[in-house]
Order: sequence, then structure tokens, then C-alpha cells
Amino acid sequence: MHHKIEVADLEFSYPDGRKALHGVTLSVAPGEKVALVGPNGAGKSTLMLHLNGILEGKGSINVAGLALNKTNMGKIRAAVGLVFQNPDDQLFSPTVFDDVAFGPLHMGLPEPTVRRRVQDALAAVGMQGYIDRISHHLSIGEKKRIAIATVLSMQPEILVLDEPTAGLDPRARRQLINLLRELDMTMLVSTHDMPMVSELFERTVIMEGGRVVASGSTCELLADPALLQRHGLEL
Amino acid sequence: MHIHLDDQYHVGSTFIHRLDPRTKVIIAVLFILTVSLTPFGAFVGYIALFALLMTITVLAHIDPTYVLKRSVVAFPFALAAVTLPFTVPGETLATLPIFGGLTISQEGTIRLISIVVKSWLSIQMAIILVTVTPFPAILWALRALRLPSPLIAIVSLMYRYLFVLFDEAMRLLRARSARSASADGSRSGGSLLWRGQVAGRMAGSLMLRSFERSERIYNAMLARGYQGQLLSVAHSHLRPQDFVVGGVAAASLLIILLLA
Repeated sequence: MHHKIEVADLEFSYPDGRKALHGVTLSVAPGEKVALVGPNGAGKSTLMLHLNGILEGKGSINVAGLALNKTNMGKIRAAVGLVFQNPDDQLFSPTVFDDVAFGPLHMGLPEPTVRRRVQDALAAVGMQGYIDRISHHLSIGEKKRIAIATVLSMQPEILVLDEPTAGLDPRARRQLINLLRELDMTMLVSTHDMPMVSELFERTVIMEGGRVVASGSTCELLADPALLQRHGLEL
Repeated sequence: MHIHLDDQYHVGSTFIHRLDPRTKVIIAVLFILTVSLTPFGAFVGYIALFALLMTITVLAHIDPTYVLKRSVVAFPFALAAVTLPFTVPGETLATLPIFGGLTISQEGTIRLISIVVKSWLSIQMAIILVTVTPFPAILWALRALRLPSPLIAIVSLMYRYLFVLFDEAMRLLRARSARSASADGSRSGGSLLWRGQVAGRMAGSLMLRSFERSERIYNAMLARGYQGQLLSVAHSHLRPQDFVVGGVAAASLLIILLLA
């Protein structure tokens, strides 16, 4: 059981010279569900894009027992399911089936396995009836859940989600929280949804200005109003 | 507000709907090929091809008037041929009293009418194809028929994002309208030049947004193992009726072509 994220001294600058990460160190234990919070521009999304090698900064990253480098890239992309914030970016195929099948197909799995995985992934997010639907016609809540199915079909060891509840109405948000609770996997979730953080995550990491500024049990961090206020957070 | 992709596909369960998408694409391409190979002025042949089209619409339970109405889009393109009666030499039909006598030739007129009819027949076949085949199935068929992968990727992404971009453009326009107020006693907006500049910047902003979106989409594809080649599973398999229908269609087209 590796299922673990280890990031040490990660630094990254965008091509325009803007420095987004100033030595981030972070570790997520196997099976742990960790919330990543912090103001906009703190570097949360940039950090997440590093976890399966889409951005390459300086520092060391170990994911699921593998060092992140060119040779391991394929395995790491299969091990880390990264769900982007905007489901319209995540769902790029004409139909729901094509999108959920994209990952397994590109992993080189045989067709019957791909079909079974698509069924299972859609069942896991409660969207079985949507297999032949056209992504453009779905509501945001439906798109968000199918976006999660698109990585579940790859059967990743680790799920990395960027603001999963952003833009959802209360009912869709509740369904999504229940879904995340039921998924028994290592999880790193960036969010501004503090009620969800206190409900779902045992551990919270606070980022600001490209650095990890606090990390610890959610109960303790959320019970420290001075800390929250310092980093622009509120319950 | 949200623009819905107006899918041309009409759900149905006739045997035409249930044909393999590859069969339907091949028949459509063969039909259009036959139309373009039929000589100018072979009006009996055109009627036979039209009869074939109408047979398909009836078999597929499509309202023929739907196809006819939609096929009107072909006519503006046929306008390109409108000069033919004046430029093709041949027997003079009439002389127009402009530009010192412009002659209309019989050959040219026949050629113009033929081109209009041919493009109209071709577009009807295309309309029937998208009416009886879901668009994703057509994409799959084209891929299975070994059309170059980048072309299919372009069409597929356009099908997915055209209306997302359209929504984006609508939001920009609405944001402009919301701030296009006018003070008491003055007209809203500035000079034509200023308005043009605003519109130009909006177009630029839409371009930038699309560019950034394309980067995010590419990242999402990479994250799921994309290595430059779009893959897909087999939608359907060829059955005996595909060969029968394909054979009958090809034979009728060949007969029309030989007799025309």
C-alpha cells in the first residue's frame, strides 16, 4: 500500500516569471483525506498540477511510491486521478461514455475492461443512466460528478480534486459531499467550502503566497480564529 | 442562459437508423460522388437520384419536407456559379441590354441549373446522414474509416466546444449591454470608431479565453494519459444487412451513373 503523496521543497515559476510556489513541503498518508485551503492565488491549483507531472517545478515529488520523473509519468498519471475545477475542461469528448472511457483506453486496457470500468465508475457516482448523454446538455452538478467518474474509471490510488463544490447548488453540493465520503481513497481536495472541510476532512493544510503556512488536524486549525483570519479564511 | 446544441439527429429505430454508422457514411459519400460524376444536363439522372433520396427519407420515417426545408442552405453557395450563363460560349438564348449586350448561352444556363441541382442533392444526402446518425457515431465511423486523426480531433472538439464558446461570447455581449447606459440627454455609446474598438477588444478577449481554455483542456487530457492519439472503442459491428443495404445502394448509384 503506497497511496501516498510526498512533496518536498517544491518551487515553481510560471513562464512569465511569476513565482507560484516557494518551497512547498506536504505529505498525505495512505487513505488520508486532506483539505487544501487558502485564498485565491495561494498556489493550490499549481501544486495540484504538479502531482501528476503536468507542471514540472524544482523539488522532489513522490506519488504512490514512485518518484515523479519521465519514466514513471505514465504510471503516476494512472495512479493519480486529477479532477479539474471547471467540468467543461474535464469533459472534452462528445459523449459521457467517451469521456469516462478516455482514461482507461489511453492506459491501453482491452475493450471489455474499458466498458466494465465505465459502468462501474458511473455507478460509483450514481450516474448510470447518463452513459450516452452529450456532455454539453448536462447541469453543472451532473458534470461535476461525471468529471469524478472520468478519473475513477482509471482506478487511481489517489484522488486530487480542485474545488469540487464550487458553483453547486445546496442539493448538488450535498450529493457531492456524500460521494466523497463514500469513496475510500487517499484524497487531496482544494476548496473554499469550510463547512465541507470541517465535515469531511480530518486534516487540513493552509496555503498562502505559494507556501504551506499551517498543517494539522482540522478541528484544531478551525478552532483558531486568529490563524484563520490571518489567512483570509472564515467558517 | 445557456445555448443548447441543436442536434440534428432524430431518434428512430428504423432499419436505416440501426445500420452501422460506417455503412451510412460510405453510402453518403458514394452518393455525393455519383452526383458529382453525373454529367451536366442529365436531368433524368438527377430525378433518379432525387427519387433515391426520397426513398431513404420514407424508409427512415423522416418528414421529407424537413429535409427539403433544411437543404435551402445549399443555394447561397451555388451563387458562385451564377456567371456561367454569360461566360460559357454556346447557342445564344437571349441578349440582355446591359454592358452593350450581354448574351446568355444555352450551355451556360444548363450548366448553372445542373450545379444548383447537384449541390442541392448533395446537401440533402448530408442532411439525411446527420438526421439518422448521432453525431458521435459519425465521428467514430470517420475514425474507423481511417480519416486522419487530427482532422477528427478538430471536428470532435469543435462539436464539444462550439457552443461553450458561443455561451462565452453571449456572456461578453451581455456584460457590454449591462454597462451600455446613457446619461441624461445624451446618446448611449460613442463614435463608430470607438464602438468598433470595443467590439475588437471583445473579439480579442474571446480569443484569449479560448486559448486559455484549450490549454486547460490539453492538461486535462494529459492528466488522463493522452499521448497524442485519440482512441475510442468500437461503437458497432457490421452485420449482414449492412452489406445488403450497402450493396443495393452502390448498385443503384452505379446504374444511375451509367444510364445518365
